Amino acid sequence: MSAIVLFMAVIAVIVGWWLSQQRLTAKPWLEEGSIDDFPGTGAMTLPAAKIGLGVFLAVATSLFALFISAYSMRMNMVDWRTLPVPGLLWFNTGVLVLSSVALQWAYVAAHRNDMDGVIVGLCAGAASAVTFLVGQLLAWQQLRSAGYFVASNPANSFFYMITAAHGLHLMGGLVALGRTTAKVWRGAEMPQVRLSVELCTIYWHFLLLVWLVLLGLLTGWTDDFVDICRRLLT
Amino acid sequence: MVVAIVLLLVAVGSVLFHIYSPWWWTPIATNWSYIDHTISITFWITGVVFFAVIAFMAYCVFRFHHKEGRQAHYNPENKKLEWWLSVGTGIGVAAMLAPGLFVWHQFVTVPADATEIEVMGQQWQWSFRLPGKDGRMGTTDVRFVSSDNPMGLNPDDKHGQDDVVIASDDLHLPVGKPVKVLLRSLDVLHDFYVPEFRAKMDMVPGMVTYFWMTPIRTGTFDVLCAELCGAAHAQMRAKVIVDEESEYHAWLEKQKTFAELSGRNAVMRATYESGGK
Amino acid sequence: MVDVPYDRIADVPPAEVPEVELYHPKSWWTQYVFSQDAKVIAIQYSLTASAIGLVALVLSWLMRLQLGFPGTFSFIDANQYLQFITMHGMIMVIYLLTALFLGGFGNYLIPLMVGARDMVFPYVNMLSYWVYLLAVVVLASTFFVPGGPTGAGWTLYPPQAILSGTPGQDWGIVLMLASLILFIIGFTMGGLNYVVTVLQARTRGMTLMRLPLTVWGIFTATVMALLAFPALFVASVMMLFDRLLGTSFFMPALVEMGQQMKYGGGSPILFQHLFWFFGHPEVYIVALPAFGIVSDLISTHARKNIFGYRMMVWAIVGIGALSFVVWAHHMYVSGMHPHFGFFFATTTLIIAIPTAIKVYNWVLTLWRGDIHLTVPMLFALGFIITFVNGGLTGLFLGNVVVDVPLSDTMFVVAHFHMVMGVAPIMVVLGAIYHWYPKVTGRMLNDVLGKFHFWVTFLGAYLIFFPMHYLGLLGIPRRYHDIGEAAFIPSSAHTLNAFITVVALTVGVAQMVFLFNLVWSLFKGRPSGGNPWRATTLEWQTPETPPGHGNWGKELPVVYRWAYDYSVPGAAQDFIPQNQPPKATRAVQGAAP
Repeated sequence: MSAIVLFMAVIAVIVGWWLSQQRLTAKPWLEEGSIDDFPGTGAMTLPAAKIGLGVFLAVATSLFALFISAYSMRMNMVDWRTLPVPGLLWFNTGVLVLSSVALQWAYVAAHRNDMDGVIVGLCAGAASAVTFLVGQLLAWQQLRSAGYFVASNPANSFFYMITAAHGLHLMGGLVALGRTTAKVWRGAEMPQVRLSVELCTIYWHFLLLVWLVLLGLLTGWTDDFVDICRRLLT
Repeated sequence: MVVAIVLLLVAVGSVLFHIYSPWWWTPIATNWSYIDHTISITFWITGVVFFAVIAFMAYCVFRFHHKEGRQAHYNPENKKLEWWLSVGTGIGVAAMLAPGLFVWHQFVTVPADATEIEVMGQQWQWSFRLPGKDGRMGTTDVRFVSSDNPMGLNPDDKHGQDDVVIASDDLHLPVGKPVKVLLRSLDVLHDFYVPEFRAKMDMVPGMVTYFWMTPIRTGTFDVLCAELCGAAHAQMRAKVIVDEESEYHAWLEKQKTFAELSGRNAVMRATYESGGK
Repeated sequence: MVDVPYDRIADVPPAEVPEVELYHPKSWWTQYVFSQDAKVIAIQYSLTASAIGLVALVLSWLMRLQLGFPGTFSFIDANQYLQFITMHGMIMVIYLLTALFLGGFGNYLIPLMVGARDMVFPYVNMLSYWVYLLAVVVLASTFFVPGGPTGAGWTLYPPQAILSGTPGQDWGIVLMLASLILFIIGFTMGGLNYVVTVLQARTRGMTLMRLPLTVWGIFTATVMALLAFPALFVASVMMLFDRLLGTSFFMPALVEMGQQMKYGGGSPILFQHLFWFFGHPEVYIVALPAFGIVSDLISTHARKNIFGYRMMVWAIVGIGALSFVVWAHHMYVSGMHPHFGFFFATTTLIIAIPTAIKVYNWVLTLWRGDIHLTVPMLFALGFIITFVNGGLTGLFLGNVVVDVPLSDTMFVVAHFHMVMGVAPIMVVLGAIYHWYPKVTGRMLNDVLGKFHFWVTFLGAYLIFFPMHYLGLLGIPRRYHDIGEAAFIPSSAHTLNAFITVVALTVGVAQMVFLFNLVWSLFKGRPSGGNPWRATTLEWQTPETPPGHGNWGKELPVVYRWAYDYSVPGAAQDFIPQNQPPKATRAVQGAAP
C-alpha cells in the first residue's frame, strides 16, 4: 500500500498548504464586516471547470496509485512471471507523446488567437490518440497470440487490466476533445475555445505521465529504480 | 425536566445493566487473562467518560432549557478548557493503549517451548494435526488434497509420515503446556474461535497464520467459526478437550498417524481391487 | 461540462457576477425529472436513498425475526439470512447513508449555505443522480436474478464471495460489483460538484471560517470519498476479473468441496487492504456530515454559538486526514503481519482525541444555553448519547489486543450499528425535521415528531446496548442460528427475542414518520422563511421553498460567521450572516 499512502501524503501536504493560506486560526466571531478587510480568503477565482479538472486528476491519480499498490503487493507472490513487453508499446508511447505535443500546439495556437492552428492541433491530437488506442489493442492481440492470456499469470492480468484502465481514461478524454472540436467547428469564439483546449491539454499531459509511470512499472524499471534507491539508503 | 430525567436514566440504566448483566464473558481457559484485564481497564475508563458526559448533558438540559426571558450566554470558545480536556483525553487514551500494546507484544511473541499443532478449516469442518515422535510437522500443499489425504500432506516428506491426523474428531490438548496453533484453510477464510481461549485468528487459504496460548484448566470447549465462510458457517463446529497430561497421552496413543492412515487406505484399496478380479 | 463561458467571467470573483448563466428548465420533464437544479436533484437522491433504505429496513426485520425466534419462520433459511445481512449492510452504508448525506443533504445545503445559485456543473450533477439510480436498480435487481443476491457479507471477502459455497455466486456477486462500480462513477460526478462549489462558488464574504460546520463536514467527507472510493473501485474491478475471467488477483490455490480449482497464488489479504482502505474512511464519510449537521442543530436550537468553532473545524480536518492511516484496524485478526497491530492501534486511538473534543464542544454548547427542546434538538441529544456510546466501544475494538476476543462477535455488530447506524440516522432524522420547512414551506407535526423520536431513540438504544453483552459472551456475528453451544445460557435467547420485539416496534414507528412527512406536506403549519430563527444563509432566501437560482436578483453578501446567536446588545437572539454590521456594535468587547 506504499504507493497510495505516499500519494495521500502528497495530497495532505497540498491541502495543508492551501488551508494554511485560509486564515484557519482567525477568530471569526471577532471578524465582522465586509470581505475587503480580509483579502485572499474569498472563493477561488479560477474557472470552475479548471478546478474541477484538478480535483478529477487527484481522483484519477488515486485510482492509478491503488492499481500500482495492488500490483506491487501481488508481484511479491511466488507465482509471478513477468511477461515480455511487446515492442509495439514503444511505438505506442511515441504516438502518445506526439498526441500530447499536438495538443500543446493547439494550446499555444489558442493563445495566439490562431484558430486554424487550434483545429490542426486538435485533429492531430485526436488522430494520434486513436492510433495509440488501436496500437494498444494490437499489442493485446500480439500477447494473446503469443500465449499470454489474461488469466494465465497475474502479471498478464495486471497488464491487461491496467492498460485497459488507462485506455478508458483516454477514451473519456476523446469525448471531451470531440466536444471541443465540435465547438470550434460551430464557430465558437476564441475565449470560449481557449479554456476547453487548455483543459484537454492538461488532461492529455496527465495521461501521458500516467502512461510513462505505468510503462515503467510494467517493464520492471520501477523495480530497478526502487532497488537502487534502497541500496543507496542502506 | 422530563427529557433531562430520561437522559439521566439512560446513563444510570446503562451502568446498572453493566453491573447486573447476566451476560458476561465466559470463564477463561488460557493464559490470556491479560486481555480480560485490558478490557476491564477500558470498561472503567470509558464507563466514567460515558456517565460524565451524559450526566453533564442531562444537567444542562435540566438547568438551561428554554424559559421566558432566558438568554444564552455568549462564549465563543475557551482555549484553556479545550486544551485541558484534550490533554485529559490523551491521558485516558494512553492508559488504555499502553497496556493494550504491552499485551499485544506478548500475544505476538511465541515462547520457544511452545508445541506446534495445526488446525485446518474447510467448508464446513475442522481437521487437526499434531507433530509425531520427531516433533516436526511435514509440509503440505492443497494439490495433495484427496479423499485419502484430506489435509493435503506431502506424501514424500518424511517428517509428515508420523504426523497425527485427526480428520473428523475432537482435538485434545494437554493442560499447562504452551501451544502454537498453526492455522490453515483449504478454500475460504475461516476463524478458529473458542470463546474461552480469548485468542483467535483468521485462517487464510494460501498462507499459514498462527496464535499461541497455554490452556490453564481442563474441560470441553466448543469450537466455532468466526469468519463468514458460506452457507453452513453456523454449523461449522468441533470440540477442544483440554486434558491432564496422562489422559492426553492415553488419547494420543489411540490416534492414527498419516503413514498408518494412507497405508491402510492403500492396503484396503489393494484388497478391494484383487477381490474384484 | 463547459457550457457556461467561464472565460468571460474569469477575472471577477464568481459571486460578483449578477447572475451566473443558469440552465433554465423548459418543460415539466426538465424541471422535475431530468432537472439540473441541485435542490431537485437533492430530493431525487433523498427519495431514492430512502426507498432502497426501506428495503434494507425490511431485511433487518426478517433477520431479527430469524435471530429472535430461530426455527419459527421456515421461509428464512441460512442462505437467505446471509443474503439479507449482505444487502442490508451494503444498502445502509453506501446506498442509503453515503447517498443521503452527500447526494441529498450535500446537494440541497451546499449551494444554499455558501450562497451560490446552484452547483457549478449542473449537467454533471444531473448525470450523477441518474447513474446512482441505475446503480440502485442494478443492486435491487439481484433480488430477482437466478440464485438471488450475494450472501458474502457486506465486506465481500474473497475467496468466499465468488465460490459456490456462498449464495448468489452466479449473478448476485457480479451485479453487486457492477452496481458498486456504477455507484462510484456516479458519486465521483456528484463529488466533483460539491468540492468545486465550495471552493469556487462561495458568495462574497463567505470565507472558510464563516462556513457553517455542516458545509465543513460535507466538504471534508466529499474530499475523502473522492480519494477513498477508488480503492473500492479497484477492488471491485479486480474481483470481477477473478470471477468472470478466471484471474487470480485474490484467489490462492484452493480445493472447493473436494474439487481442485484453477486459481493459484493470489492473496485474499490484498483485497482486505483495498477494501478497508476505502472502508475505514467510509465510516467518516458518513460521520463527518453528521458531525457538521448536528453542530448546527445544537447551536440553532440552544440559541448559542457552537462552542470552540475553530477547534471543531480543525478536528474535522484532522479526523479526515487521520482516517486514511487506520484502515488495518479492521484486520487485526486477518492474519496480516502482527507488527502492523502496534502502528494501527496507536493511530486508531489517537483519532479518539479530536473526536472526543467534538463531543465535549457539543455538550459545552448546551452549557448556559437557551435550550429549545424541539424535535431536531431531541434528535441531536439522541445522537450525542448514541455516538458517545458507540465511539467509546470503538476504543475497545481499536485497541488491538482487546479486539482479538471481540472481533467477529455481536459486540462488533452492536458497536458499528450504534456509531454509524443509529447515530447518523439520528442526525438524518433531526436534519429532516430541521430543514423540512425550508424544502416544503410547512412544519412537520410536532406531536408525531416527539413520539417518533422517543420510540426511535429509546428503542434503538434498547436494541444495541444489550447486544454488546451478547458479543462479550462470545456469540459470533453472521450466524443465522447460534444452535447448541455450552457457553451460551438460555437467557441469551430471551434477550435475542426481546431485541427482536423492540426492533419491530422501532420499525413501525418509522411508518409514523413517513405518514408525518406526507401529511405535513399538505396539512402542516406554514413555516415562513426562517421558523427556527437561524443565522445561516439558507434561511435567508427571498422565497421558501427557494426558487430556481436560489437568491432572486442579487446574491447575498456575508458579513459575519454562521453562529451569531444571543450576541449581547443585539436586538434579537440571532443575527443572519448576511446582515451588515452596524457601526455601534456592543459585541466587540464582550468576547473573551
